[in-house]
Amino acid sequence: MEILVCVKRVPDTAENEIEVKGDGSDIERDDLVYSVNEWDNYAVEEALQIRDKVGGAVTVVSVGDDESEEVLRREMAMGADKGVLLSDDAFEGSDGAGVAAILKAEIEKGKYDLILTGAQADDGAAQVGGMLAAMLDLPFASLVNAIEVIDGNTLKVGREIEGGNQEMNEISLPCVLSIQTGINEPRYVGIRGIRKVASVEIPVHGASQLGIEPASVGAAGAKVRRLDYFVPELGEGAEMLEGDMDEICDKVLELLKAKGGLK
Amino acid sequence: MQPALIAPANYTVGVVPTIILSLLIPVAGVAAFAYIIAIRLAPLVKANPDMRWDKIPQRLFSVAKIWLAQWRHPRYRLAGVLHILIFAGFLILSVRSIEMVVLGLAPNFVMPGFGGLLGTIYRLLQSYAATWVLGAVIVAVVRRTVFKPERYRVPARYGKDHTAEAVFVLGLIAILMVTESLFEASLTAAEAQQGMHGQWLAPLSLAWMFKTMLLETSGAALQKIHIIAYYLHDLTFFFFLCFLPLGKHFHVISSIFNVFFMRLRRGNIKPVKHGVSDEQLDDLESFGVKKLEDFTWKHILDFYTCVDCGRCSDNCPANAVGRPLSPRFISIKGRDYTYRNYPLYPIGAAFAKSDDLIGTIYSEDEIWSCTTCGACEQECPVGIEYIDKIVDLRRGMVDEGNVPQSLQKPLGALEKRGNPWGKLEKKRLEWTKELNNGFEVNVLSQKNPADTLYFVDSITSYDDRMQAIGRATATLLHRSGCDFGILGKDEKDSGHEVRRFGEEMLFQAIKDHNSAAILASGVKRIVTADPHAFNALKNDYDGLPPVEHIAQFLARTIRDGRLALKPAEADDSVYTYHDPCYLGRHNALYDEPRQVLDAIPGMRRVEMERCRDRSFCCGGGGLMLFYEPEEETRMGVLRVEMAAKAGANVIVTACPFCLVNMEDAIKVAGMEGKMAAIDLAELVARHVA
Amino acid sequence: MAQIFAYIRHKDGVADDSALELVNAAKQIDSGAAATAVVTGSGAELEAVCSQVAASYAQVWKVDHAALAYPNAELVRKALLKLLPATGILLVAHDTFGMDLSPGLAVKMNLPFVSDVIAMDSLDGTALKLVRQEYGGMAHTHVTCDTAAGAVINTRAGAFAPDESKAAAGQVVDKSGAVGDLAATRAFLEVVAAEAGDVDITKSDVLVSIGRGIEDQENIELAEELAQAMGAVVSCSRPIVDAKWLEKARQVGTSGQTVKPKVYMALGISGSFQHLGGIKGNPFMIAVNKNPKAPIFQVADVGIVADILEFMPELTEKIAK
Repeated sequence: MEILVCVKRVPDTAENEIEVKGDGSDIERDDLVYSVNEWDNYAVEEALQIRDKVGGAVTVVSVGDDESEEVLRREMAMGADKGVLLSDDAFEGSDGAGVAAILKAEIEKGKYDLILTGAQADDGAAQVGGMLAAMLDLPFASLVNAIEVIDGNTLKVGREIEGGNQEMNEISLPCVLSIQTGINEPRYVGIRGIRKVASVEIPVHGASQLGIEPASVGAAGAKVRRLDYFVPELGEGAEMLEGDMDEICDKVLELLKAKGGLK
Repeated sequence: MQPALIAPANYTVGVVPTIILSLLIPVAGVAAFAYIIAIRLAPLVKANPDMRWDKIPQRLFSVAKIWLAQWRHPRYRLAGVLHILIFAGFLILSVRSIEMVVLGLAPNFVMPGFGGLLGTIYRLLQSYAATWVLGAVIVAVVRRTVFKPERYRVPARYGKDHTAEAVFVLGLIAILMVTESLFEASLTAAEAQQGMHGQWLAPLSLAWMFKTMLLETSGAALQKIHIIAYYLHDLTFFFFLCFLPLGKHFHVISSIFNVFFMRLRRGNIKPVKHGVSDEQLDDLESFGVKKLEDFTWKHILDFYTCVDCGRCSDNCPANAVGRPLSPRFISIKGRDYTYRNYPLYPIGAAFAKSDDLIGTIYSEDEIWSCTTCGACEQECPVGIEYIDKIVDLRRGMVDEGNVPQSLQKPLGALEKRGNPWGKLEKKRLEWTKELNNGFEVNVLSQKNPADTLYFVDSITSYDDRMQAIGRATATLLHRSGCDFGILGKDEKDSGHEVRRFGEEMLFQAIKDHNSAAILASGVKRIVTADPHAFNALKNDYDGLPPVEHIAQFLARTIRDGRLALKPAEADDSVYTYHDPCYLGRHNALYDEPRQVLDAIPGMRRVEMERCRDRSFCCGGGGLMLFYEPEEETRMGVLRVEMAAKAGANVIVTACPFCLVNMEDAIKVAGMEGKMAAIDLAELVARHVA
Repeated sequence: MAQIFAYIRHKDGVADDSALELVNAAKQIDSGAAATAVVTGSGAELEAVCSQVAASYAQVWKVDHAALAYPNAELVRKALLKLLPATGILLVAHDTFGMDLSPGLAVKMNLPFVSDVIAMDSLDGTALKLVRQEYGGMAHTHVTCDTAAGAVINTRAGAFAPDESKAAAGQVVDKSGAVGDLAATRAFLEVVAAEAGDVDITKSDVLVSIGRGIEDQENIELAEELAQAMGAVVSCSRPIVDAKWLEKARQVGTSGQTVKPKVYMALGISGSFQHLGGIKGNPFMIAVNKNPKAPIFQVADVGIVADILEFMPELTEKIAK
C-alpha cells in the first residue's frame, strides 16, 4: 500500500510557554523549540505499522520552509521511506484551504492508496484533512483511532466520538483519514536514528513544479486571514484564597460543608 | 614388602586387569571434558570484544582477595562459612585428587615434592579437609532441604526449583570424600589386621573413623572395599568434572577467571563497543545488545559463572518491591539460553541462530526496572556484572525505537531543552533569586571567572523543593570562602541517566556540550551536591578538572576549621544517614557525610541495618523518576520503614533524588509527622554558626 | 441581510444543546436575520426534533431520508450541497461530527471555513471578524473572512449562550425531496460503547477531579483518600487516561463523560476547554493549581495556588477530624 502522511512542524506546546508579542503580530518565537505535530507523529507510526503488515511504502510530506526539513528527517528516521518538502515563498500566509490545495497538487503527481493527516495541529483548526479529501474527491473520516485493513479496496476504521464511544465505519480506498492521538504507541526516535538519515535527499517542490498558480494559494489566495494575536481581558475569575495550607484547608472545609461537598 | 591389599593398579577381576579402567576413565573423562569446554568456549569466541587484560597486578589482587580469601562470602554468615570450608577443602584436596588418579596406574605414586615432612603435614591437613568438607556438605543439604532459605526459591515464572541440582552436587562431593577416605581406611585397616606398620591416620578424621569401623571386617571384604572405593572415586571424580560445565557448578572452574577479569573501576559504563571510539560510533551498524553474541565474552562468562546463590536478587531493591527484575535470573536465563543455542548433544550439532533476547528470555519491563544501584554487583562473590548488561540491553531497545512512552517525553525534552521537564533554559537560574543571604551567585563567563564550578544539575535547578538544596549548597560554599560560580543557562543535564537508559548518542551530545562549557569557564575544580552529576562528571566524562561532592568539601572545610557549626537543637530528633547509591557504593564515599553530620555538636545519629555498601536504593533518580514500573510497593516506602525501625525520625540524604523519593514515600506510607527527610547541605546550612 | 443556516445535531429524538447556542451565534452575526435550522435524520425521532427546534427557529428544514438515520458526514454533505443556497452562512457545532462535515463541505461549496470559533463580531458589510484560539488555548487570535459568497462556521460548544426563549414558533418545511439519492463511499457500521468502568462518575454529586498536576500514578492514592473522606468519586482529565493511569470511564471532557455535579474539585487541572466542555450545570468549583495563570481560575468559583500533593492530604486529615 502506498501511504502518504502529511506532517507539520509546530512549536512544542508542552515544553514552551506561549506568549503573545506586544504588537500582536505573532507569538514570541525566540525561545521556542519545535517538533513534529503530535497528531502527525501518531499518523506516521500508524502508517509504518500498516506498511509493515501489508507491504508498500510510506512517504512523508510537509508544507513549510527549510526548517520543516528537520521534521521530515525525523519521521524518516522513524521509518518513513521517502520525504518531500513543499516550499515556496508564494505559499506563505496560506489558509487551511491553501495548504490543502498545495498538498493536493503533490498528491496528484503520485499514486497513493491512503493519505493520513493528524486530526489537528497547533492552530487547532482540524481542517486540512477534510478539505484535502474534498479537493481530491476521496472518502474521508476524521478523528480515527483504529484502522484495520480489510483488503486492497477497503478499510475498517473507528472514529472517536462523544462520551468515549467509538463509531465504526467501512471506508473504501483510496481515502483520506485524520488521525487522533492515542491510536498507537509511537516508537522512539533517538539522535542516532536522525543522524543515520542526515544525508538522505529530500526533494523540494515549489509552485511551478506543482503547477500551482501563486495567486490561488498563500496570503493572496487565502479566504480566511488572521488579523492579530491578542490577550483577552480576564474576567473576574475565581476568588483566590490566601494564607498557609492550614488556613486554606480550613476555609475549604467550610465551603464544602456549605455547598454540600461532604457526605 | 607386600602391601596389605592389592592396589587397583595391580588388581584383576577374573582375567581383566582393572588398570584398564584406570586408563580408560581418565582418558574418556578428559576427552569429554575437553569437548564440553570447547563447545562452551564457542559463544565466547563469537561474542563482542572486551578489554580485560589491563592492570594485571590489581587483577591478581582481586583474585587473592575475592577468590582465594573469599572476601565477600561471610556477608551471609552461615552460607559463607560453609562455602569457605568446602572451597578450602577443595583447594587442599586438589593435590590428593590428582594423586588418586595417577595411583590407579602407578600404585606407589606420590606427588613430587610431597614426600617427607611436607607430605606428612599435607596428609594431616588433607584428612581433616575431607572430614570438614563432608560435615559442611551435610549441613548444606539440611539447610537446602529443611530450612530452605528464601533467596534460593525459584518464582513460578522462572521455572522449576533448583534444589535437586544443588543436592545432587552435594551428594557427588560427599561421595568423593567418602570414597577417598574408604580407600585409605580400608588399606590401613588391612595393614593393622596383618600386624603391619600401618599408615598413621589423623585422629578423628573421616579416614580414621572408617578405619576404626573396618577393623573387624574380613580381609576379602576390605580388598573389595578398597577397589570399589577407588573406582567409584575415579568415576565420580571425572563425572563431576564433566558435570561442572553443565550447570551452576561451572563456577568451580570459571570463577577464578571471572574474578580475574572482573571490572576494576566503579561508577562508569562500558563503551558501546570496546575498541570503537566515541567519534567512530556513527559508523556502527547496530547499538547495544539485541542477540546473545552482542554481549562481550566476559558477560557470557558471567552467565557461566553464576552460582545461583541468589545474593544479588536478595539485595536488589527492584526485586524487593515486586518489579519483574531479579538479577539472578538475568544470569540463569542467559546461561540456559546459551546452553540451548550451543548444544552439546548430539555431537557435532549445529549452533542455533540467535533470536532477539528481548521478548524471548528477557522482557522489556524487566530491563527497564533496574535503577543501576549496584547492590547486585557489590554482593556477587564471583564478580558478575549486571549494570553494563542492562545498559547494553537498553541500548539495543533504544536502537530499535522500543522505548516506553513515559520515557519518550523526558528524552525529547532533554534533547530540546537540556532537562527532562522541558523547562526553559533561562529558568535554570531561578533558584538563585531567592537567596537573601547578602550575596549573589555568580554566573561564570569570560568576564566573571572563578576558581570552582558549582555544577547544579537539572533537578536542583528546576524543582521547587530541591532548589532549597541549591541555595543551601551555595550558602555553604560562600560561607566557606570558596570562590565559585555556576554555568547558568549554559548548563545542561549531566546526562547520567540518559546514558544508563541506553540513549548513548544523546548522552554524547550532552557530554560534549557540558564539557566545552566547563573547559571554557577555566575553573580548576568542580563541586556538586548531586551524586548523579558527581558520578557522571567523574566517571563518564573525561578531561575535566577534579570533581568532588559537597560532602567531601564540607568534611575537609570543617576539619580545617573554616566552617564552624552550632549545636543541634535540643529536640527529639534522631537522625539516620541514608547512603545514596552514587555516592556510596559506586564511589566509596561513606565516611565523609558521616563525619560532617557528627561534626554538629549534640547530633544524635543511628545507623540503619542496611547502611554503607548494603544501603537500599531510594527508587532511583534522573529518568527513573519518569518511568512507570509495575511494582507492589515503592522502594522509598521500604526505606523510610527501615529508618523508623532503626529508631530514627529524620532521614538525612546527600542526593536530591533520594530526597524526592523519601519525601514522597513519607506521604504515601502515611508517616507524616513521624518521619521527616532533609538534605545534608540543608541540615549543615541550618547549623552554620 | 445574510441568510443564516444552523445545522442541528440530535440524538434519540432530542436536539443537542448546541441547537440553542447556534440561535445566539446567528443573532451575533446579524441580529435581524432569522436563522433556518436544518435537521437531517429519519422517522419519528426526526419529527420530534423538528418540533422541538421549531420553538427556537423561524424556519426548520426537515430532511427525512433512510440513509441519514445515522448522521454520516459524507451523505449530510451531499444533502446540504443540494439544499443550501450558494450564498448562505452555515453554522455548525464544532463537535466530532462538525469536524467531519464542515471542512469538506466548505471546499465543495468554495466557501471560507472558520473552525472552532469562540466569539464573533457582527457583520461589517460582508466582512466577518471572529475569535479563535491557537496553541492549545494559550493564544487568542482575531480572524476575518468575506462572507459575500457565504461561509461555513464551526462554533465551540458553550461559546455562545443557549437561547432558551423558545419564542420563534417556526415552520417546519419538508425538504426531503430535494435531496435525491444518497450513496456513500463510507458506510456506518455501529457504535461501540465505551467500556463502563467500575464507577459511574456521571451519577456522583461531588467529584474530586485530577489532572496533570498529580504528576505520578502513585499519587492518585491521595485523591482516592480525599474522595473517600468527602464521600465523593475520583474523576480526571484526558492526560490521565492517555497515560493509562485511570480508565476512560473516569474522564471528564468532550471526548469523555459529561457530568453535572453540585461540587467539582479541579486539582492540578489547567482548565482546557475540552475538559470544561464536559462539565455542565454550573457546579461550585474549587480549583487548586501550582500555576497562578492556569485558565481554570477563570471559571472556578474559588481558587488556590498550591501543590495538590500537599493540599490533598491536609484536607483529607481535616475532614477526618
